[in-house]
Amino acid sequence: MRHIISILIENESGALSRVAGLFSARGYNIESLTVAPTEDPSLSRMTILTSGSDEVLEQITKQLNKLVDVVKVVDLSEAAHVERELMLIKVRATGKDREEMKRMADIFRGRIIDVTESTYVIELTGASSKLDSFIAALDAGLILETVRTGVCGIGRGDRILKV
Amino acid sequence: MMISGAEIVIRCLQEEKVDCVFGYPGGSVLHIYDALFKQDQVKHILVRHEQAAVHAADAYSRSSQRVGVALVTSGPGVTNTVTGIATAYMDSIPMVVLTGQVPSFYIGQDAFQECDTVGITRPCVKHNFLVKDVKDLAVTIKKAFHIASTGRPGPVVVDIPKDITAQMCEFDYPKTIQMRSYNPVVKGHLGQIKKAVQILQEAKRPVIYTGGGVILSDAAEQLTKLAHKLNFPVTNTLMGLGGYPATDKQFIGMLGMHGTFEANNAMHYADVILAIGARFDDRVIGNPEHFGEEKRRVIHIDIDPSSISKRVKVDVPIVGNVPDVIEEIVKLMDGGFKTDPEVANWWKQIDEWRGRDSLRYKQSEHIMPQFVMEKLYEVTGGNAFITSDVGQHQMFAAQYYKFDKPRRWINSGGLGTMGVGLPYGMGVLMANPDAQVACVTGEGSIQMCIQELSTCKQYGFPIKIINLNNGMLGMVRQWQEMFYSKRYSQSYVTSLPDFVKLAEAYGHVGMKIEKPEDVEPALRKAFTEHKDDLVFMDFIIDPGANVFPMVAAGKGLTEMILAEDI
Repeated sequence: MRHIISILIENESGALSRVAGLFSARGYNIESLTVAPTEDPSLSRMTILTSGSDEVLEQITKQLNKLVDVVKVVDLSEAAHVERELMLIKVRATGKDREEMKRMADIFRGRIIDVTESTYVIELTGASSKLDSFIAALDAGLILETVRTGVCGIGRGDRILKV
Repeated sequence: MMISGAEIVIRCLQEEKVDCVFGYPGGSVLHIYDALFKQDQVKHILVRHEQAAVHAADAYSRSSQRVGVALVTSGPGVTNTVTGIATAYMDSIPMVVLTGQVPSFYIGQDAFQECDTVGITRPCVKHNFLVKDVKDLAVTIKKAFHIASTGRPGPVVVDIPKDITAQMCEFDYPKTIQMRSYNPVVKGHLGQIKKAVQILQEAKRPVIYTGGGVILSDAAEQLTKLAHKLNFPVTNTLMGLGGYPATDKQFIGMLGMHGTFEANNAMHYADVILAIGARFDDRVIGNPEHFGEEKRRVIHIDIDPSSISKRVKVDVPIVGNVPDVIEEIVKLMDGGFKTDPEVANWWKQIDEWRGRDSLRYKQSEHIMPQFVMEKLYEVTGGNAFITSDVGQHQMFAAQYYKFDKPRRWINSGGLGTMGVGLPYGMGVLMANPDAQVACVTGEGSIQMCIQELSTCKQYGFPIKIINLNNGMLGMVRQWQEMFYSKRYSQSYVTSLPDFVKLAEAYGHVGMKIEKPEDVEPALRKAFTEHKDDLVFMDFIIDPGANVFPMVAAGKGLTEMILAEDI
């Protein structure tokens, strides 16, 4: 099962490696990981996309909570939440492909944020599956480079992760 | 008043009432050693290898409930401590390791004796710190002691760059510490405790299974009270020995890979398991699938939520400090608690299993290691602190020395570190200066930290080394005999030193004992005539002796291999 774990962690040097080290030492998956400081600069918020059975997820949450720097842990995917991922994708845009790329970006509500004679950089935000579909919809030979941020997410309504 | 970072380190240790540190000096910690020199409140024990400093600090803690402290230099000083830190981590031992680091402005430049201490030790510490500002030094050390000794205890490393120890700063040691990210649960959930009491009342085939958590939280007294009130059988893990008196009639022995027939069967066939400060590890329950075949209810008391339902599904988890939770249970039991009458039949079954006498062994013309342990128990009146290394001798000590008190059995259970026995003896003696200490070891293990014989001479540690010498790496040999068709690959040693001469070379007393009838007189001599000496007792034992019962790796608890004639 796919899970999104959100962590509030002290913004100390080495905090990221404690979390990453825990996952590798105990054989848990990290499919994506994003981290940045919150509105309180002494705290960072980390979002980890992982997978595993309920037992494994229970252990992941408990082990994360055991890290001294970790302040709070929630499994976002346990309840209503929204999630987004951002992708920048550089594509070849020459000849008839130039118009086709523009059209595809529009269909997926992407934005072209860099233009040269032969390339576009398209910015696309959405659920990870939408980004996957966009890649699948393009001619693979035209994709020059992709970069994705990994999933970040937040609980809906009154579900708030705060100290 | 402004004092140097080095002086702050020492002042912090004094504030924490640390009476001794185990260490080894070097470039990065010279300022600290200079500050140490100028005072006499904190004693320093100079070891011969940093690994031993950490092992000794670890045993100081195991035998006393106080936090052990080690002090080493940067680079190789740190890497040498890693085995010791990992050993303490696996057994949840509270310890603070102070490490020197190259000056902060050299970090990352591959300076002389530089290593990434925080990175190298991260997977084997409860937490670690790199001090980057002298103003943070005192509060960091305070945090280190706080984290090491609260919740599920563990080792904490504080890495201190050399320039920080030279800088001047006001000393202000915080009395208490608050950390928003670290607040271990202490009090057990009352609702869960009530549920547990109800289940205990319904139990027909109960067993109380306890581990190192009972020792670490000083809950032996509460456990004994609870067990007596319940009249349920009690089994201990290797780490839990001494948490319940071994001579008590409710004690059914150690369980697990080399547990007794009665303990392993009781654990397997129980309908209710009350697990306290134990973690159902692979050496204890064997194959989890086999263990899961029986229907049972499990109550698990532990301070660490991650220990609960990690390997075995738990029905009633109780997170909290073990002695407090037990007190709560006992309190609730005072309101008309009755055990199920079926428990009497369960005891009959257990006594039948007990009747197999699974620790029986055959005497031979050689000295049997089990016999040495029995005699050691007699001669010391069961009152000694027994440190051990890792291997067959460790299991013989655990099986045949009956520990009635906690903190007397000092061994590396989780990591299984050979070489700990001798430095463990040093740590025990620093925490308990008048104690009788025997180090049960083998000719393989003892050579892994043999250099500490020199430290023992310097400080007059009167450890009695019980070397069960079979000329073989006994446990490896046992597995090769049983599972590798007797192909003894690299498990024998062909050029052993003359241990008597070796002991004498270090200024100690050496004895070689080759006949069964000499065992007891030699032990008596060592513990009376040579009471104040370190005595290296080289027992030449039967090379074929094996540890039984045995649950082979991957097998179930009831699939025990017993000694031939049982």
